[in-house]
Amino acid sequence: MFKKLNNIGDSAVICDFGEEVNHTVNSNVIKLFYFIEKQSKSKSVVGITNCTPSYNKLLINFDLQKTNSKKILKFINSIDFNGLSLDREIKEWTLPICYDFEIDLNNMSKKLQLDKEEIISIHLKSIFYVYMIGFVPGHPFMGDLDPKLFLNRLKTPRIRVPAGSVGVVEKFCNIYPYESPGGWNIIGRTPTKLFNNKDSSRPCLLSPGDTVKFKKISKKEFNNY
Amino acid sequence: MSNFFFKVLRPGINTTYQDNGRFGLQHFGISAAGCMDRDFFFLANALVRNKIEEGVLEFAYQGPLLELIKGNAKIAITGNVTFNIINLKGETVNGECNRTYNLLVGEKIDILATKESVYGYLAVAGGFVVKNFFNSVSTLVKGKIGPNEGKKISIDDEIIFNKENIISKNLFVNIFPKTVNNIRVIKGPQYDYFSKLSQEEFFSVNYKITTLTDRMGMRLEGPAIENVISTNIRSEGIAKGAIQVPADGQPIILLNDHPTIGGYPKIAYIISADYDLLIRKKPGTTLSFKCIELSEAEKAYKEKQVKISQIINNIREIN
Repeated sequence: MFKKLNNIGDSAVICDFGEEVNHTVNSNVIKLFYFIEKQSKSKSVVGITNCTPSYNKLLINFDLQKTNSKKILKFINSIDFNGLSLDREIKEWTLPICYDFEIDLNNMSKKLQLDKEEIISIHLKSIFYVYMIGFVPGHPFMGDLDPKLFLNRLKTPRIRVPAGSVGVVEKFCNIYPYESPGGWNIIGRTPTKLFNNKDSSRPCLLSPGDTVKFKKISKKEFNNY
Repeated sequence: MSNFFFKVLRPGINTTYQDNGRFGLQHFGISAAGCMDRDFFFLANALVRNKIEEGVLEFAYQGPLLELIKGNAKIAITGNVTFNIINLKGETVNGECNRTYNLLVGEKIDILATKESVYGYLAVAGGFVVKNFFNSVSTLVKGKIGPNEGKKISIDDEIIFNKENIISKNLFVNIFPKTVNNIRVIKGPQYDYFSKLSQEEFFSVNYKITTLTDRMGMRLEGPAIENVISTNIRSEGIAKGAIQVPADGQPIILLNDHPTIGGYPKIAYIISADYDLLIRKKPGTTLSFKCIELSEAEKAYKEKQVKISQIINNIREIN
């Protein structure tokens, strides 16, 4: 199932599922991720400290005091990949979005030669898949966008993008959980909190493998949210 | 509350609660954080006879000035740190690292500077009273996660700790922290992205540690490393100690609070046994890299563990 298995330093390994990025490849990464998480929780494998899925790879960190590279590689090689299933309910989220903040919609409309309303309607029709979460806490990398909305990154990234901003670049869509610098084209803003630093049991709303649809709300609804 | 506490009269530059780190959340974008210099962290707890992974206060460069407002405390400061204790008569007593002190209510600790290291630790017998988040009290400032709302310590904060009997004798340990310039690494997954000349140079030249260095990463300055394949890779999970090389060819070593996912090629990884040695190096100093094999790195780690246990076993009473 995976194409390569490499050591990363002396306390991690990475499973590489090949160069392509699509749902099938990513869902295999995520299946392996949930499987390892479960095995780790039930103590069938010891010493794994973190597991990080990305588009086409799974990084597995371990504690050198409890295990080593050889043992982890042996464990991964013993997994029956054909028998892996997504042992977890995939959540389908509908997140409110307000398109009335006007940060990039006008520019996008010019660059794409599409009316703003058309851009909004295409964006609302898309069902996004969460490939991975990361970079900063709670930040989802989602796809795939309708090719009609493909855009490059901004030439000069913004110093400040407001929290909740929904951005698009190429076939990907993301949501900025915090105010931060950013180079994505901002299409709208969601009032939903993606990350709750008070809730230790469930700090992050979305999980890798979930799907997200957007529901349009007005600025008034946004402010009252 | 019947708890004892210090009041913060000066917070220092970068003072946070830390422990062993927070694991199992990297898939949500949360890096482990935790104490940067693990040897000195473990030693601080060992001296005050805490659990070895009890939360401590970590400081860098300039530490805090704390006044003990309620109760008495047994403390230990580890690292290579200059500090004073200001007693009830108003006298300033030079503090010594790697030993315990019994502080009385009204006394102050003034942690002036970390000398030949970057990070220092303050442990208190009985441990600090801080809120746990996902099995850890480590602070990840960038994500606002951990005790104190995920923030650095600030002026007038109360540093609360558990009541503990401090009548026991004071303890100390003699250690001679090594400073080395040669840090051992294992080749990274994109080692082949760099030109033959740059690969050779990487293991022969000195790199200077720049001031753009914090808990997230350490930026180095040296001959630009030439990438002959691609300066971007598909974003993938990052492990602590990764040496990534962005388009300008100047390496960045990712440290405890690293972003969880990144798209720069990685030329090498710092071995676990040398991570603390790297962390002790200050901006402005230089370092070089030595390439070793995985088996050697694992052996070096085991040897290092033995050394830490020996140091902890050598803790003695002060006569």
